[in-house]
Amino acid sequence: MTNLTSFTIADARDKLAKKEFTALELTNAHIAAMEKAKALNAFITPTPDIARARAKESDARLQAGKAGALEGIPLGIKDLFCTEGVQTTAASHILEGFVPQYESTVSQKLRDAGSVMLGKLNLDEFAMGSSNQTSYFGPVKSPWKAKSLADDLVPGGSSGGSAAAVSGYLAMGATGTDTGGSIRQPAAFCGIVGVKPTYGRCSRWGVVAFASSLDQAGPMTRTVRDAAIMLKVMCGHDAKDSTSALLPVPDFEAALGKGVKGLRIGIPKEYRPDGLNGEVAALWDKGIQWMKDAGATIVDISLPHTSSALPTYYIVAPAEASSNLARYDGVRYGQRVEGKSLDEMYGKTRAAGFGTEVKRRILIGTYVLSAGYYDAYYLKAQKVRALIAKDFTDAFEKVDAILTPTAPTAAFGLNDKQDDPVAMYLNDVFTVPASLAGIPGASVPAGLNSDGLPLGLQVLTKRWDEETLFRVCQVIEDAAQFPFLKVPA
Amino acid sequence: MSYIIKGETGDWEVVIGLEVHAQVISKSKLFSGASAEFGASPNEHVSFIDAGMPGMLPVINERCVEQAVRTGLGLKAKINQRSVFARKNYFYADMPQGYQISQYDQPIVGEGTLILDMPDGATRAIGIERLHLEQDAGKSVHDLSPTKTMIDLNRSGVPLMEIVSKPDLRSPEEAGLYLKKLRSILRYLGTCDGNMEEGSMRCDANVSVRPVGSTDLRTRCEIKNVNSVRFVMMAIEHEAMRHVDVYESGGKIDQETRLYDSNKNETRTMRSKEMAHDYRYFPDPDLLPLEFDDAFVAKIKSTLPELPDDKKARFISAYGLSAYDAGVLVAEQDNALYFEEVANGRDAKLANNWVTSNLFGVLNARNVPITESPVSAKNLGRLLDLIADNTLSTRLAKEAFEIMVETGKDADTVVTERGMKQITDTGAIDAAIDQIIAANADKVEQYRAGKVQLIGWFTGQVMKATQGQAAPALCQELLKKKLEV
Amino acid sequence: MSLDKATIRRVATLARIEVPDAELEATATKLSGILSWIAQLSEVNTDDVLPMSGGTDLKLPWRADVINDGGIVDKVLANAPEAQDGFFSVPKVVE
Repeated sequence: MTNLTSFTIADARDKLAKKEFTALELTNAHIAAMEKAKALNAFITPTPDIARARAKESDARLQAGKAGALEGIPLGIKDLFCTEGVQTTAASHILEGFVPQYESTVSQKLRDAGSVMLGKLNLDEFAMGSSNQTSYFGPVKSPWKAKSLADDLVPGGSSGGSAAAVSGYLAMGATGTDTGGSIRQPAAFCGIVGVKPTYGRCSRWGVVAFASSLDQAGPMTRTVRDAAIMLKVMCGHDAKDSTSALLPVPDFEAALGKGVKGLRIGIPKEYRPDGLNGEVAALWDKGIQWMKDAGATIVDISLPHTSSALPTYYIVAPAEASSNLARYDGVRYGQRVEGKSLDEMYGKTRAAGFGTEVKRRILIGTYVLSAGYYDAYYLKAQKVRALIAKDFTDAFEKVDAILTPTAPTAAFGLNDKQDDPVAMYLNDVFTVPASLAGIPGASVPAGLNSDGLPLGLQVLTKRWDEETLFRVCQVIEDAAQFPFLKVPA
Repeated sequence: MSYIIKGETGDWEVVIGLEVHAQVISKSKLFSGASAEFGASPNEHVSFIDAGMPGMLPVINERCVEQAVRTGLGLKAKINQRSVFARKNYFYADMPQGYQISQYDQPIVGEGTLILDMPDGATRAIGIERLHLEQDAGKSVHDLSPTKTMIDLNRSGVPLMEIVSKPDLRSPEEAGLYLKKLRSILRYLGTCDGNMEEGSMRCDANVSVRPVGSTDLRTRCEIKNVNSVRFVMMAIEHEAMRHVDVYESGGKIDQETRLYDSNKNETRTMRSKEMAHDYRYFPDPDLLPLEFDDAFVAKIKSTLPELPDDKKARFISAYGLSAYDAGVLVAEQDNALYFEEVANGRDAKLANNWVTSNLFGVLNARNVPITESPVSAKNLGRLLDLIADNTLSTRLAKEAFEIMVETGKDADTVVTERGMKQITDTGAIDAAIDQIIAANADKVEQYRAGKVQLIGWFTGQVMKATQGQAAPALCQELLKKKLEV
Repeated sequence: MSLDKATIRRVATLARIEVPDAELEATATKLSGILSWIAQLSEVNTDDVLPMSGGTDLKLPWRADVINDGGIVDKVLANAPEAQDGFFSVPKVVE
């Protein structure tokens, strides 16, 4: 019998409906896979007991003909989503032991649709990172290996645990969150599909905040169809989130297969800087050819403020984070280090509770908002952000979608010394502009480099047009004939 | 009535600006569905949002927006149809998010005016700088444990309007009048109950002094959270004196936050606020700009009540009251309503006297609001009718009023039960007069010799003889007839 | 853009993160590096540009004034490092 973990969500959905196997069997197969792959460190908190219990409930609903859209589908939940009764850490020591008494809207929707939570997935601490190396609970290893390198590889970040679990067949899909590329970049590094919908599509309620004006949840799956199925469940208006869109949720799955014939695909020249990795550039060219072959028109476009996106992001995101993370003070939940005075307790608690990168960003954020610097940094960044958003608005006058590489390189070694934070930040150079503009973006695995590592192509569309996004992604997927994932025997 | 502090080096003037935090009347909190009611057990009125739990998000309460606009209209202020919520970042144990959601450079209400009613009947306009919406912090309780501070978040997220005056106030008395007038307007509008004791209205005073004649502003100190009008006045007086003393002894004032100690009547530096302030305000990314249209404002405007200033003007013109009397009556909307019910179709000045002296005396003594008055406006009105138609003398009316206060009965019942009707039967009075004239021949002689002021004495005797029930005017009339034959 | 140790100390105090004296220098160097990289933004012409403060151009939704939350003391206190008689507790604060 085929290993049950190898199915796509779409296949498993059909087979569960046809009673070819039970939800419990499917879940047990994944729990076994998680056990075997513990070394990946993809999960901070596995929840096998909860998973089995929910799988049994799914089987009952399947029997009763009351199956939800994701009935019995085992998923991993990034440990940034608060889950009622299950420790939620944001991969930070400061939240170690925190057990939320509420369930995030997105994880609740997934649960209501019948999906089975396998556990809480590792990530960069407070989602701050691009390699999953900042987790207090240790780095995640990618299931991938480079031909030329004995060392383990990073899965990307911040949704590194999600990417590793899905590409390693530990979960059929996973939630991710994307603030500057945290879904798309690890998806590219691990050869899976990652979709960051339009800001406002998925409720942020119950998701530990990093940068409120940028954070957006999305699905990470092995196929474009699975992402469409999962996103439909995850998004929708939530009255508890003031930035949640009061818009109908389209049937993303229905958009698949419509092709790109007649669509205008923009190729931004700024995404091809001097020194762009040759293999990345070549894959991008291949993608352009696929588009042409599928009947799309290629349009050269310019997004003139692209080079300002990263510095803008590294003002806006730390500024918001410095404020969002002020609540971790040891008073009401999480870790506390005692002190003689309240201020001493704060200072010690936060020094011990936060890791280096988080502290660095809090300090940067505090500085750029402080008296005398606000205008030069924060206000300036907000203005440049408006220019970056306008670049996209202008571009979408001329094109229906934009195609770019997802990341400037393939995954790097886990022990590559990255002492320069700015060099690390450059991982997000292609994903950050869309985050700042609030537009949807997806990464689709498009091929392997000469070292045998996956590379992704990024598709961007205008706000609320995820349908076009999925159409383009589907064409890439079909043309690329991924997966090259190691399907378990 | 300028307020001058006589120093050793010269005369000083005090410059005061007030920041009033007024709790918005609403059922639920500004950004959560927890109750905003005062007085629950610790952390009972707390949602995960108010406790600053991870991933919690604010959603604005529409009632609070309406109330802020309503208050802005009541202060004749500019309503900003687009305003922005900003985060004010600072750490404190009862500030669960590590920031307060407030409004900074784009408040919901801009400049307005508040009219002070001075004791001499004059008025003085005080500028309102702005009004903005913000959330309250929780409460730190320091005296429950020797080593710990206890945190109750019931107030965390309670909606407040911060109403900031311009530095236009020049004396503790003006500050007191400002607070009373503001409270009156808020109560008329129904946007804040103005209860300083329960903390639903709190005041911070910014105080500085300068030599009389100088126009520049000197360093100010902020006195925090003073919880009664009287204490605000005392705190300002003390603080102004302190500034004068410091300047005159060659010192300088540091800009700082100070706490008023009403037991010692002094202000002192607040230790918890010693750290340099840098609130790092920035627009709250969890909330989009707050926007509404003309129709929204117009709708609220159409429901505004007649406010104290307009009511006062009307009382002066329609009822012929003095500015002072009108000011007293309109200070509380319920008092004004009561007065109007009594005055309607009657002698307004008489009604004013009865309401402001007799009734207010009783209410003050019993410490009850006019809405719980033992004598209803209808009953007091009827009592005045009985005076007007000569059924009761003023003296009898006062007696009847006292019985009405004690028993809650209406005027007619009291008069009937106690047989208090004024005697208007001339026969009965004539008989009494005849007796008195006969018994006091000497006084009659003196009267007839020109000592006409004795008429008062004779009237008194007649009243006494009739147990006070004779109508005094009738007595005099009949007496004069008999004495002047 | 280069930050001195005093600035780091001030910012760390504002952020309530204890930075040991021994680490001030290294922290200053790292943060200065990031800030000088960020400083390139000053070259972008933003004359007459309105700042973009949120991630969306949607309208702010309003909530009806109803009480539908609270009354969950146990859940609110469930994760408290220290709680007593329904209160959270912290080291004594002197006002």
